[in-house]
Amino acid sequence: MSILTFHEVSYQHILHEITGEFREGVITTLVGPSGAGKSTTLKHINGLISPDRGEICFRGEPLEQMDLLEVRKRIGMAFQSAPMIPGTVYDNINLPKSIFGESLPREEAKRLLQQVDLSVELERTVKDLSGGERSRLGIARTLVNRPDVLLLDEITASLDYRMVQEIEKLILDLQQELQTTIIWITHDLEQAKRVSDDVWFLKDGRLIESGAFKELASSDQAETQAFLKGESI
Amino acid sequence: MSYLQLATSLIFILIPLVLARTLRLGLEKDIIIATIRSIVQLLIIGYILTFVFENGSPIFMLLMILLMIGAATLNVIRKGDGIPGIQWIILFTLIAVEALTMGILLGLQIIPFEAQQVIPISGMVIGNCMILSLLFLNKFKDEVERSDEVIELILSLGGDAKTAIDTSLKGAIRTSMIPTIEAQKTMGLVQLPGMMSGLIIGGADPMEAVLYQLLILFLILTTAAMASVLVGFLSYRRLFNEKAQFIGLTYKKKDT
Ligand SMILES: Nc1ncnc2c1ncn2[C@@H]1O[C@H](COP(=O)(O)OP(=O)(O)OP(=O)(O)O)[C@@H](O)[C@H]1O
Ligand SMILES: [Mg+2]
Repeated sequence: MSILTFHEVSYQHILHEITGEFREGVITTLVGPSGAGKSTTLKHINGLISPDRGEICFRGEPLEQMDLLEVRKRIGMAFQSAPMIPGTVYDNINLPKSIFGESLPREEAKRLLQQVDLSVELERTVKDLSGGERSRLGIARTLVNRPDVLLLDEITASLDYRMVQEIEKLILDLQQELQTTIIWITHDLEQAKRVSDDVWFLKDGRLIESGAFKELASSDQAETQAFLKGESI
Repeated sequence: MSYLQLATSLIFILIPLVLARTLRLGLEKDIIIATIRSIVQLLIIGYILTFVFENGSPIFMLLMILLMIGAATLNVIRKGDGIPGIQWIILFTLIAVEALTMGILLGLQIIPFEAQQVIPISGMVIGNCMILSLLFLNKFKDEVERSDEVIELILSLGGDAKTAIDTSLKGAIRTSMIPTIEAQKTMGLVQLPGMMSGLIIGGADPMEAVLYQLLILFLILTTAAMASVLVGFLSYRRLFNEKAQFIGLTYKKKDT
């Protein structure tokens, strides 16, 4: 069953008639060269950007007809740079609640930090966190609203190999546990191979190919093969 | 002071000119332009004010105020590049602040309805409003550019435009008001404020000068608060569209 469908989505000069779908409860990676339009595609999914032409449907309903603020609460997004508001770890994990004037119980905050294997006190200032810790805090924060879909934009790009493996395991475990649909941008093909059920291959704002990672690997598309071999395209 | 005495005081222009020349600061042209402009502009204003005061008609008074508002708006617009419609926001803010302050001053008979009082005080209100708007826009654009990721983060969590920009907006309002407040704390200790000095030099009783200066200080505080809050709350919406999507600062680009 697909949870999200793109139908001929075009945006400025960046995306061109993208048609494809994301299956529910699996991990789909978005791969492709830098500037291919991966981040732009991701931002369309939670309505941070709307297409100029074409349509995106969430569970069969066009995003355009839904209350975008409500949609965004159901779709968590982790940004590559893991942006933080100035303040403590708690201020940041509480952000999804505090913006609505609510507050996350501290026990719940601790549980979420545990879930992402982050052992820092809630009162630590975020300024002092390491890259890996920030990244995990960013992921924990997306889980506060128990989203149906999790969007991850290059969350491991600036981390060392050990940390990359830990975060991968973390996401895979979360996915097993909560059956969340995950859409994950990565420029690391090996990572895509390790974590993907499905994959979208984007280039120059076009969806060149999509499907199970294995199918893509045996594709006869020249561009796909070149990309998989790591040739510069 | 006579014109001859003023002409003699041009020595004070020579000093920076010579310094700029010897140190090759590259400021000679600007100093000369600034001097000529200030002479011409102030002389014109002097003649206009003399005319308006002697004529005494409220129409000319109103025209004079509108002129000041127009000039101030033009001055701010250039700094507001990046925020669509900023010219109307500035114009509205200047008119609102001027109307409110004059309404209170005249309505409660704090000052009499005379050109000699209304025009200079309006000038100070409008000028201060202009400076605060400039200051606010500078800070606000900095804040927005620095925190665009946090703004998108809050939107991605389902927050609305106001919530997403709240920290940047209030931060910019605060930082643009702080200099005004700080300046008032040391007022009179370090230097005598310009208007008060002017009154005293003109022969006014020092206590009367102080009373006027205090009035101006209170006005400036109101103006500072109103200008940054009005410009802020009216302009942040322009950075988002109706779908709560962040457009950011949109600089005029060449046609593509
Ligand atoms: N707001 C914008 N205005 C104009 N062009 C943009 C904007 N955002 C992105 N672009 C352009 O769109 C193209 C795709 O950008 P996008 O960030 O989606 O690429 P990406 O695949 O995520 O690349 P990377 O792997 O480097 O992150 C790039 O050429 C980029 O310069
Ligand atoms: Mg990107």
